[in-house]
Amino acid sequence: MVFDWLTLVIFFPLVGVLIMLFIPSKNHDTLKGVSLIIAFITMLISFGIYYMFDTLGNGMQFEINETWIVSLGINYHLGIDGISLLLIVLTTILTVLCILSSWNSVTVNVKGYYISMLFLSTGMIGVFCALDLFLFYVFWEVMLIPMYFIIGVWGGPRKIYAAIKFVLFTMFGSLLMLVALLYLYFEYARFSGEYTFDLFKIMDMPIAYQPQLLIFGAFALAFAIKVPLFPFHTWLPDAHVQAPTAGSVILAGVLLKMGTYGFVRICLPLFPEATLAYLPYISILAVIAIIYGALVSMVQKDVKSLVAFSSVSHMGFVMLGMFALNMEGLEGSVIQMINHGISTGALFLIVGMIYERRHTRLIEDFGGIARVMPTFSAFFMIVVLSSIGLPFTNGFVGEFLILLGTFKTNVTLAVLATSGVVLAACYMLWMYQRVIFGKVTNPENENLKDLTPREKLILVPLVLLIFWIGIYPKPFLERIEPAVKQILVHIDNARLADNGSETIIEKTVAGETETVDVAFGEKEEIK
Amino acid sequence: MTDYVSTLSVDLSLLGPELVLLVAASLILIFIPFRKMNYLAPVIAVVGFIVSFYLAMGQWSEHSSGFAGLLTCDSFGVMFKLIFLLASFLSLLIAHRYFSVKGINRPEFYALLMFSTMGMMVMANTVDLVVMFLGLEIMSIPLYVMAAFNRRSLESNEAGIKYFIMGAFASAFLMMGIAFVYGAAETTDFRRIVADFSYIVANYKVYLYAGAALILVGFGFKIAAVPFHTWVPDVYQGAPTPVTAFFSVAPKAAGFAVMLRIFLYGFEGMEILSDVFWVLAVLTMTVGNVLALRQDNVKRMLAYSSISHAGYIMISLVVGGPEAISSAIFYLVAYTFFNLGAFAVITILETRSGCKSDFVELAGISKANPYLAAVLALFMFALSGFPPTVGFFGKFYIFSAAVKSGFIWLVVIGVMNSFVSVYYYLRVIKTSYMDAHEGQPAVVKMVPSIFLVLVITALGTLGLGFFPQKLLELSQSAIFAFL
Repeated sequence: MVFDWLTLVIFFPLVGVLIMLFIPSKNHDTLKGVSLIIAFITMLISFGIYYMFDTLGNGMQFEINETWIVSLGINYHLGIDGISLLLIVLTTILTVLCILSSWNSVTVNVKGYYISMLFLSTGMIGVFCALDLFLFYVFWEVMLIPMYFIIGVWGGPRKIYAAIKFVLFTMFGSLLMLVALLYLYFEYARFSGEYTFDLFKIMDMPIAYQPQLLIFGAFALAFAIKVPLFPFHTWLPDAHVQAPTAGSVILAGVLLKMGTYGFVRICLPLFPEATLAYLPYISILAVIAIIYGALVSMVQKDVKSLVAFSSVSHMGFVMLGMFALNMEGLEGSVIQMINHGISTGALFLIVGMIYERRHTRLIEDFGGIARVMPTFSAFFMIVVLSSIGLPFTNGFVGEFLILLGTFKTNVTLAVLATSGVVLAACYMLWMYQRVIFGKVTNPENENLKDLTPREKLILVPLVLLIFWIGIYPKPFLERIEPAVKQILVHIDNARLADNGSETIIEKTVAGETETVDVAFGEKEEIK
Repeated sequence: MTDYVSTLSVDLSLLGPELVLLVAASLILIFIPFRKMNYLAPVIAVVGFIVSFYLAMGQWSEHSSGFAGLLTCDSFGVMFKLIFLLASFLSLLIAHRYFSVKGINRPEFYALLMFSTMGMMVMANTVDLVVMFLGLEIMSIPLYVMAAFNRRSLESNEAGIKYFIMGAFASAFLMMGIAFVYGAAETTDFRRIVADFSYIVANYKVYLYAGAALILVGFGFKIAAVPFHTWVPDVYQGAPTPVTAFFSVAPKAAGFAVMLRIFLYGFEGMEILSDVFWVLAVLTMTVGNVLALRQDNVKRMLAYSSISHAGYIMISLVVGGPEAISSAIFYLVAYTFFNLGAFAVITILETRSGCKSDFVELAGISKANPYLAAVLALFMFALSGFPPTVGFFGKFYIFSAAVKSGFIWLVVIGVMNSFVSVYYYLRVIKTSYMDAHEGQPAVVKMVPSIFLVLVITALGTLGLGFFPQKLLELSQSAIFAFL
């Protein structure tokens, strides 16, 4: 029997929770220490998995499939491909950094905070590993609980509103997803006589076109709220701004990825025909998100909400690339998920660091920080540039691939999306200029201390990752590639079936055949 | 005439669990004049419940009937016996501390609790309408007294009177319904009604349907289905909290036991029932949830929440079939754990002086009593149906049975209700964890009995959430043996 690494990496943080339950809540240092050590070991385990991962292997690796609830055919089915692998590693790294970053900023109810953090990481890693839809749903929902506490207990002034909004938005989508899940379950039972939630088994089932549109809609709504795709993004600015630094980092870095991951893992392979049918709408929404997010970012007065809205814009890129439905787009989309986790995570950390010193995040309160905090400003610069997507940083690789993929299928959308890159440069650099450069206008900023060793320790790994992915993305891309190919097989099959008979797409959007034809550049080749 | 009526067997083993309760309760009543009884009564009651539970477990695999076929024993009935006993046992443990603090710890309470439980057990283990009615009355009359048990409190008296009047009213409806059914079928035994169903419908359709409708009203009152729910908030708020805890679980389970048996077995042939229950289930869920949103008292909120949970369980009455029945049983067991757990926390918080369980009184308990707040949060997550608690799996199972039979829109309404409920359950957590409070929050003294309840219910809520397989098998094997 092979050792079950995935179960270990998922549930190892819970070991920490158990230990911490027995530590008196007054021993702050012990509590912090235990959670840091546990998170660090979890990270090492995930590195081990990364190392053992077979780059050339097709399909799922480290797979484990045990019966869980026999009567209903629910299995404990785990497995990862390159996409999940990278997201798991991202999650464990960010968890360690978050725990480090909260070292001094969290002072009330320390025990509950670190327990929530570890609990959260279990839920997140679980989502990325689950291959049984029921299990996926359980992890998906579980992670709401610690996040609710993190925002609601340790958040900013409007924390309660933000926390409940976050939970309700996510719940709304996921409950409809549950109904769709049940429908699939019984549909599959009718199809094969077997009751199962197994993703790969259900994938083999052809789903009739009309129901497929509805089920896709239910799943897509749940994921789109999480991403968040315009116009379902309204929870995001509240949650991001009100959450404590670590909460924002995890939210932006990992939780949003759960939405896009859901699209990649479930929607695309399970409902290829519906994906093609929804494609134009989702792509357009993604472009709107890119431009809208960028424009709104530009007028923000608060650095944190600027970063929050920039997330909307960046996640728009991820969605756009994904729905280009070709190798470049999808690969770029996956790598951009990782990039966004790193860059935006780093941005939130940086905002948190300055907030700890000044207890304000308003851009107008700063100015001339470069003079008093040179190291800080240097790190900030690198992260800002990576967020904009300057060559040699990670953002460039992702956005380039996404735009390349989109350009192949739809030139108009690609051009519009590119304007988003320009806008990103505007709002980011403008903000940077106002905060960092110029004279020190505010006397309170005169005596700010530069980064402490702990803070440097937090930022250095992220900066290294930024350059590593930017300069030499091959190790990441080669892990993503087989996984992306697998997913595209499903889409291509659906397309072929399309061309064989009558095209579904043209039926649904009769008026917009022109756009659709452009959106399917490859279809013309086949013709 | 079939032979079950001709053999008048007096098989006492059939009544074993009920008799144990009866004896224990009578012991308490006989020895009330002795002062020691104040301490002994709960002990006797606990022993009685445990012995009764043990005997009931022994009945699991045997399917038998006796007393001229009036009492039957099948795995469905036994399953419910176990639920009632569990709920009563936990309520007793909750009650002991509360009544001691409030100075009304009188032995009668334990006797009443056991009589009432006995009535429920009779209700669930018969296929005869008259015996069902008998069981219902044995159950209800002690309940009226229990609601008014805090006799110095005006609210408690009001609760008792209100419950009594409404209960008597409902009993009248029920009796009328039984009379109609008897008029149509010339029997109150469901085995014969089922056997002659097509004949009865052909000749006396109106009477049979009228009877069924009146019976539905009678039991709708017991399970607090909308629109027969109006007594619930006042009674739940006014009655002593442990009694409320008991009300919210045990009589409801008893009502469902009977309704499942009557409407999914006895009147299975009435097609219109499914539609009626569809409407009732949707109303019950929605009204319960919407009204719970704006309550300022936790007990009142839990009262409305219990209405909405009845709505979820009613989905199984709409759907019908073995899946639905086992999902209802599963949910009732799960609900027993987390709802009683929630009430246990509320009860112990109410032992603070001057506490009425308003929302504001919850502020700051997470600082003074971190573990208590944590389990309260756990139960709230379970009530709102979050995984990995059993609350999620229970709802999932009910919904899955409904989707299987094609009731997708009903399930969509169900999940939307569950979505609404998240708001008010999380409000409890919000108040206890996130709201500011003035002054030093009071530390609540934990006592062994409540501690035991919390351990049992929390373990049940989490354990069954992670490993629901065993309970699933049990509830799937709980069937009507007298088909």
